[in-house]
Amino acid sequence: MTTFLTLLLNGLSLGAIYALIALGFSVIFKASEVVSFMHGSLLLFGAYTIAQLNAEIGFLPAVALGVAATAGIGLLVERLLINRLRGTAVITLAILTIGVDIILVTELTRRIGSDILNVGHPWGGEFVRLGEVGITENRLYAMLTAVVLMGLFFVAFKFSSWGVAMRAAAEDGETAALMGIRRGRVSAVAWVVGAGLAAVAGLFLVGSPTPGVSPGVTSVALRAFPAAILGGLDSTGGAVIGGLIIGIAEALASGYQEQLLFLGRGFGDVVPYVVMILVLLVRPSGLFGTKELTRV
Amino acid sequence: MLEVEGLQVTYGGAVQALRGVTLRVPDGKVVAVLGSNGAGKTTLLRTISNTLKLHRGRVEAGTITFDGASLTGRDASAIVATGLVQVPEGRRIFSRLTVEENLRAGAMGNRDKSARAAAQTRVYDLFPVLAERRSQRGGLLSGGEQQMLAIGRALMAGPKLLLLDEPSLGLAPKIIGQIGQIIRDIHDQGTSVLLVEQNATMALQVADSAYVLDVGKVSLEGPANELAATDAVQRLYLGQAAGDETQVQQAAARSTKTLSRWTA
Ligand SMILES: Nc1ncnc2c1ncn2[C@@H]1O[C@H](COP(=O)(O)OP(=O)(O)OP(=O)(O)O)[C@@H](O)[C@H]1O
Ligand SMILES: [Mg+2]
Repeated sequence: MTTFLTLLLNGLSLGAIYALIALGFSVIFKASEVVSFMHGSLLLFGAYTIAQLNAEIGFLPAVALGVAATAGIGLLVERLLINRLRGTAVITLAILTIGVDIILVTELTRRIGSDILNVGHPWGGEFVRLGEVGITENRLYAMLTAVVLMGLFFVAFKFSSWGVAMRAAAEDGETAALMGIRRGRVSAVAWVVGAGLAAVAGLFLVGSPTPGVSPGVTSVALRAFPAAILGGLDSTGGAVIGGLIIGIAEALASGYQEQLLFLGRGFGDVVPYVVMILVLLVRPSGLFGTKELTRV
Repeated sequence: MLEVEGLQVTYGGAVQALRGVTLRVPDGKVVAVLGSNGAGKTTLLRTISNTLKLHRGRVEAGTITFDGASLTGRDASAIVATGLVQVPEGRRIFSRLTVEENLRAGAMGNRDKSARAAAQTRVYDLFPVLAERRSQRGGLLSGGEQQMLAIGRALMAGPKLLLLDEPSLGLAPKIIGQIGQIIRDIHDQGTSVLLVEQNATMALQVADSAYVLDVGKVSLEGPANELAATDAVQRLYLGQAAGDETQVQQAAARSTKTLSRWTA
């Protein structure tokens, strides 16, 4: 039972990080109808920038600047590419983001070299015990930060003018334009938010139990994808739930590896996709989605 | 004043939807544009609001000016900011947003905070039922209420000229009469109206002047009462619907007497 609870807690904390990334996918998709395949590079860029700056200016300023810089990349991509090519086939835009991803990752990989860069979080890899169950400090903070950020996001999404404009534009872009809503602005903010969330996720992903900043981090974005899709790509709430489901499923599958050996070793790695496929078979547009994914 | 001059529009480079349309909406007037299915009424409004490119349409020739300034090439949201606001065909309310959020969405182009507050008061005054349902999702409203919400949403932007695309579409005769009354009220409050309609009975009762659009061309124009008396309009738009017409007129008359506000 203790094992189970420990795995559950670790799954939740991993899921919280996935949820941050998936929420970014979902916001960007809602606002600009683009599937961002460049989140892997944004994770890496965020973590790398924070690690570099931390040595110079201290942790919190480094985080602020690193998140801002990553958000800046999101904004740049939206302004220079997505906004100008509005109306182009969705698949073209998606492939464009793959291109940007490859360029960014290649450059970052070159810079990082074969080292494993350390962010130098002020918290170490200590285990925090909550009764019988344990979790690393890093993961605990990840979970708390994710809760705060998602709370802020949903308040803004529900009550701010940007939130109303965003939901209106996502439901009916043409009518939103007739109401004077500037879709370009809505989409720019969405990219800033989505990229910023990725940087925060990156910060925690490269902390304990992960050894440090290495290009391997980008693969996490690929696991947050199934999270967003099984939640329903156009549902922000679905992205969060999807992230948690994937996190828990992955943690449980890895934790009970021995018992699951009949499924083969490394089953934990494929779990996100298995879960996604199972959900999509039952609900083709995801748990909370409204649009068929064939549109993507 | 809105001036449309020699407007020619095609879709996908092939379908000619407008073939040289010229019309004018003077300040403080209600102008109706009548026409049957496919006449080009919606295309005209899309062109004015510049949402044509979303439908793969293109302006081949012609100009549109509002208060002396050209609208050509301006962004749809910039056109709203000049005071030209459209209520699109089929209402198109945001069904997943609440009534209040729909109205907020309508006010996005309205920078002035006190103007927004005034617009909200005006809308809730015109449509008390929207105030009652303010926290309900738009999709749960009845057809008539949705049309009210669509009109109210457009009024939130504080338009000088309101463009209405077939507000009577799919509504019962009684409600259509009430719509006519609402359009008059909005006009009395100082907003000009360009009313696109297939329901000539209602439109000609409300409008000062009217144009008849026929396969992309203006075939008739003039003061509304004169137009209502012409043979062509009688035959094409009023004649067949003689039964409905009296009904509508009665409903309209009733609503004028008993309903100063639209409460359906
Ligand atoms: N998106 C489009 N692509 C191609 N052709 C179109 C498009 N929209 C309209 N048309 C064509 O343009 C012409 C005018 O259509 P429009 O919708 O403006 O007519 P309408 O007067 O609004 O008709 P209705 O009363 O049915 O709404 C029609 O021949 C129509 O088939
Ligand atoms: Mg039409």
